[in-house]
Amino acid sequence: MTIQVLHPGALATIQDKGRFGYQQYGVIASGAMDSYSLRIGNWLVGNSANEGALEVTMFGTSLQFEKDGVIALTGADLSALINGKPAPTWRPLLIRKGSVLKFKAAKQGSRAYVAIAGGFDVPEVMGSKSTYLKAGIGGFHGRTLQKGDQLPYGSKFTKLNEKVLHHLEQIGAPVKWSVRFDDVLQFGKQQRIRVLSGTEFDRFDAPSIETFFNETYTLTKDSDRMGFRFNGAALSLKEPFELLSEGVTFGTVQVPSSGQPIILMADRQTTGGYPKIAQVITADLPTLAQMQPNATVQFEKITFEQAEQELLRHAQILTEIQLGIRLNL
Amino acid sequence: MLNLQTNTMIKPLGDSALIVQLGEGIHPAIHEKVKNLLSLLSEHPFEGSIECVPAYNNITIYYDPALVLRTQNKTEKTSFKLVSAYIQQLLQQLGETAASAGKTVTIPVLYGGEYGPDLAYVAEVNGLTTDEVIQIHSGNEYLVYMIGFAPGFPFLGGMDERIATPRKDTPRLAIHPGSVGIAGKQTGIYPLETPGGWQIIGRTPLDLFLPELSPPTQLQSGDIIQFMPISTDQYNEMKERRQ
Repeated sequence: MTIQVLHPGALATIQDKGRFGYQQYGVIASGAMDSYSLRIGNWLVGNSANEGALEVTMFGTSLQFEKDGVIALTGADLSALINGKPAPTWRPLLIRKGSVLKFKAAKQGSRAYVAIAGGFDVPEVMGSKSTYLKAGIGGFHGRTLQKGDQLPYGSKFTKLNEKVLHHLEQIGAPVKWSVRFDDVLQFGKQQRIRVLSGTEFDRFDAPSIETFFNETYTLTKDSDRMGFRFNGAALSLKEPFELLSEGVTFGTVQVPSSGQPIILMADRQTTGGYPKIAQVITADLPTLAQMQPNATVQFEKITFEQAEQELLRHAQILTEIQLGIRLNL
Repeated sequence: MLNLQTNTMIKPLGDSALIVQLGEGIHPAIHEKVKNLLSLLSEHPFEGSIECVPAYNNITIYYDPALVLRTQNKTEKTSFKLVSAYIQQLLQQLGETAASAGKTVTIPVLYGGEYGPDLAYVAEVNGLTTDEVIQIHSGNEYLVYMIGFAPGFPFLGGMDERIATPRKDTPRLAIHPGSVGIAGKQTGIYPLETPGGWQIIGRTPLDLFLPELSPPTQLQSGDIIQFMPISTDQYNEMKERRQ
């Protein structure tokens, strides 16, 4: 079974939870920008949480399904249409043979996920289906989708996938319920993102620290899966110093000599040598990843204990979402 | 968290990673500590550990806080404290451990010409002939301190300062994979096509990134490398054999 790519749109790649264990070799982690939407999408169609899904960026992507199947659309609201009609999101959907799914415009958020029952049939490279564009590995031939691609899917169709399919066929209409995600994921033009001190926090001068937490920063257009570049009041060090390259991670806020912060995202390099003023808490990464260009962010410093509590609270909510989906299907 | 006894510091990198600092600056003795701790960590992994990334003088350890909290005793409050305590224990054994020596790798390089367009510039800046640059560059042994920036890209120590050359004012938009370059007092090899400002003095026919193999890179942290000048014919022959 395949999905035909009628139009690739701005950027559409296959991503799962990421490629781990190889960063010591310089192989980046990649993976879904918004891991919560990836997991929820997979649960909705009966896949395992970290199966590869299609990450669609902003708008323009258009796909045609060769056979009947079960999909779920999660993440950003990119005005998805199925055969020209608004597609219900955050719930399992029966998609009929020949149907066309199209993402028309980015209404809210910037990345939508298309999870499909049985998963995409692309080989795992170093234990992951995630696309690593620069190295040309993983995902669909190591690249973004192109017009005319035939995306194979569905070979890992399990009992659970089948159960979802039967349930949807039985009720014969889209389900009435949808997943409530707003406890763990927010979309908006003004975001509050919580951070911890970065490893070089103390190297920044006092006015910069004050500015960083009191001013808002605007996400620029040259932001991508590798890094989010912000515009705002410039930040400066007490005195210049040389930092050797060392490990960085998703959400690291680094400040190059321009003074404008850059937040490292899913496709970050494994190591970096810029001073790190802050680190976005893990619980806020999906919300950050869904920001659109020109949206503004206000950084809020919290304690280490609070960050960990938030992470555990989100994990708990996600477990409840997973259980809720199981009960409904 | 500073431990005076072992002269190390552990600092959080957010809520899901931490950095174990084993010294300052670039020095083979500090790198030895990095290698030893890395080997201890791979022999004695902790529950919730995801992976480790060695750098010049520290190691970044990535972990899943929920898993760490679930499996460890709860006398410590946070996953950071739990992992730190575990690392401190391992550090006690650091002196007694010796990681296996890295392998020595010979990297054949076709210097100059079309593949090393900046060789003449490097020579000129340093008042040398191009042959002398080649001799100096291929005469030293280099320690791979770490891999970063791109898959298989080695950060090397040990370059002779007589061939140190500043980066180009305007970076090239695309540097061919296998290119061997100099930037300041550093030398390195580009495994993938990337933009870059290094002075390119040659090219190796070897592939540094081998995604189908395990490990997926020709070079690893701790290896010793040596450059070997080759002729155009040898380059072409090696390149053909690889296809």
